Amino acid sequence: MKYNHIMVRYSEIALKGGNRKMFILKLQDNIRDRLKSFPGIKVQRTQGRLFIFLNGHDPEPIMNKCQTIFGIHSMSPAVKLESNLETIKQTALEALVSASEVETFKVVVKRIDKTFPHRSQEMNQILGGYLLKQTEGYTVDVHRPDLEIRVEIRNEATYMTSYVVQGAKGLPAGTSGKSLLLLSGGIDSPVAGYLAMKRGVQLEAIHFHSPPFTSDRAKQKVFDLADVLSEYGTKVKIHVVPFTKIQQTIFREMPENYAMTIMRRIMLRISEQVCRNQDILSMITGESLGQVASQTMHSMNTINEVTNYPILRPLVAMDKHDIIEISRTIGTYDISIRPYEDCCTVFVPKSPKTRPRRDKTLQFESQYDFSSLIDEAVEGIETVIRTGRDSNTDEFTDLF
Amino acid sequence: MIYLDNSATTKPHPSVIKSFEQSASEYFANPSSIHAFGGTAEKLLQQARQQIADLIGVKPTEIVFTSGGTEANNTAIKGIALKHQSRGRHIITTSVEHPSVREACQALEELGFEVTYLPVDHNGVVSADLVQEAIRKETILISVMHVNNETGAIQPVEEIREIVKQHPKIFFHVDDVQGFGKVPLNLSKEGIDLAAVSGHKIHGLKGTGLLYVREGTTLFPLLHGGSQEHAKRAGTENVPGVVSLAKAVRLVTEMRGNHLKDLYEIHEFLYESLKQMPEIKINTPEHSAPHIINISTPWAKPEVLVHVLDERGIYISTKSACSSKEGEASPVLLACGHDTRRAQSSVRISLTYETTKEEVRMFLKALQEALNQLKKVMK
Repeated sequence: MKYNHIMVRYSEIALKGGNRKMFILKLQDNIRDRLKSFPGIKVQRTQGRLFIFLNGHDPEPIMNKCQTIFGIHSMSPAVKLESNLETIKQTALEALVSASEVETFKVVVKRIDKTFPHRSQEMNQILGGYLLKQTEGYTVDVHRPDLEIRVEIRNEATYMTSYVVQGAKGLPAGTSGKSLLLLSGGIDSPVAGYLAMKRGVQLEAIHFHSPPFTSDRAKQKVFDLADVLSEYGTKVKIHVVPFTKIQQTIFREMPENYAMTIMRRIMLRISEQVCRNQDILSMITGESLGQVASQTMHSMNTINEVTNYPILRPLVAMDKHDIIEISRTIGTYDISIRPYEDCCTVFVPKSPKTRPRRDKTLQFESQYDFSSLIDEAVEGIETVIRTGRDSNTDEFTDLF
Repeated sequence: MIYLDNSATTKPHPSVIKSFEQSASEYFANPSSIHAFGGTAEKLLQQARQQIADLIGVKPTEIVFTSGGTEANNTAIKGIALKHQSRGRHIITTSVEHPSVREACQALEELGFEVTYLPVDHNGVVSADLVQEAIRKETILISVMHVNNETGAIQPVEEIREIVKQHPKIFFHVDDVQGFGKVPLNLSKEGIDLAAVSGHKIHGLKGTGLLYVREGTTLFPLLHGGSQEHAKRAGTENVPGVVSLAKAVRLVTEMRGNHLKDLYEIHEFLYESLKQMPEIKINTPEHSAPHIINISTPWAKPEVLVHVLDERGIYISTKSACSSKEGEASPVLLACGHDTRRAQSSVRISLTYETTKEEVRMFLKALQEALNQLKKVMK
């Protein structure tokens, strides 16, 4: 069976109203972008479906590439043929006899083109009967067939598919606007970024770097995480904030048990400034309620006080175990567990306050003016764009 | 020089040597050192691992770098046996494996493991049904090579993979040292838990290789010490070796993409030409790997033929190079049901993507001349 197209079904987009076209165009763009490396591929829109024209390529590697594109519900390799009964019969027969390890089959016909002379039900009988007559040893099983031959008689042509590969679901990257992910290098924040991307968010990331307390390897770790995330959407811009001075000042000037709370507040103040400069409307954190001292209800209340930008917390109600499961699935886990200190682990007070209070925090903060340090940190931001694993190789290119 | 002993080793690609040299001199830090220089070496190692993983379609964490094929096979077989012996002490393999598998299994027999060595048919191919029949409650490991190093016969690893999938507790190890880069083997699909690859068989360097270990497969390391290679193989990483391997894997993948058809054509030409020589018996089955042909000569001492060709700058080998100092019958050919004499008198011609038809023609001419010359003096 020589497939010449991939049929792409989209899920939630189909429910959209007036903006539906915007979503579909974005998805079409994202698929095109992902398949850049395959010459001659075309992505076409028809009513309710997208079709990838294969131009002679094998469907498998292309479907693999599309497996991480949000907004795709499922995909099937398809054969495009003329909408005439004889051609449809012949192709169905070819699909059946060329499939391996098949004893039972089922035909499902969808007639979108109402000018086609045979109705769906009638087509099921015509095709099923024809296949049984022309072959030996096959039987029909409508519940659990080894092979399901699906025929869609559409206005522009008929498509025949025989198996379905599930897509990543969700909404196309970029359809929900941009958000700034606080990316630490731990297990949680990349998963939070991924889940937000699944809802159509385009990511930018911010990372707080405290050399020499944190090493270049910790920074590289975050770049590698961004590379993995970029495979689920588009390139990821990372803003690396020089955080050493601020951290040292906090731990010198503030009471130890409030240092962590105040550090987080300052991180949010800096993040909000980056959002303003980049026209970003919200932030994402990997916070999960109760996981650590900074993620208790009291801590969230006190830390969140410094910004009125929405903070998306996709993991807020998830267990660590489930977060780890996702991180394994998406390929960030092995990078996250590399044992390098990041800015959150390097200055850990012996007993951070699990119930910090807003009034007390304000009182401590008023004893020292952090504003010039914050401005200095924002000034010193280094912005790096990660486009996936190929963003790495410049340094060692000749060696590989 | 016409080099037709590519299954013994291949000529390292110049750019592989260059990669080795550059990384050995410029990035000599220990990847475990925490200073930035160590960090650079570690990054280089990570990228090499990632490149190899991408090329063979597995995860970087599923790759354990070794000193070559022998170590990879030993790590797989002894590692699984020792780690999982509480569940059973039975291993299934074939009677035509490379010594690094066979001897490792025999060594385990001394420790009380039981090993079933399955027979092969006349083509040197094991039947998947026999594998199925040999499985018992105590079986913990099946080890079957992908391509035989002496004859080029391809084993039905895909069928065995399907069988192993029905037995979630059995590990399946594939010695892919001869198959890698020539006969495709999909490691990303489930069923194969371990696979050995050697650098010097793919125009890489001696002392480099890897063992693929499927995620979730645990083994008892041969080497204990540091936590390198996900704690499966201790020892400071051979960064230049690994980088050179990454390059070799990339090059061989490209060559396979561009020249596999040519290699098959040359193989077929050689095969058909040898069939025309009445003195020669071909021990390689019709459907085999594209780079190996094993033939038996009319005389008990095949090394004489090797030396005659030697003098003309043509290099072929007797049996597998690792054991060419032993003057005995090939266990592989005996297992195929050939008589002792035929098993004693075999030589192997092995090709690579760089072998030209012209070289093969010159070899055939020299072979015919050698046969004519030796006919007069040898019995």
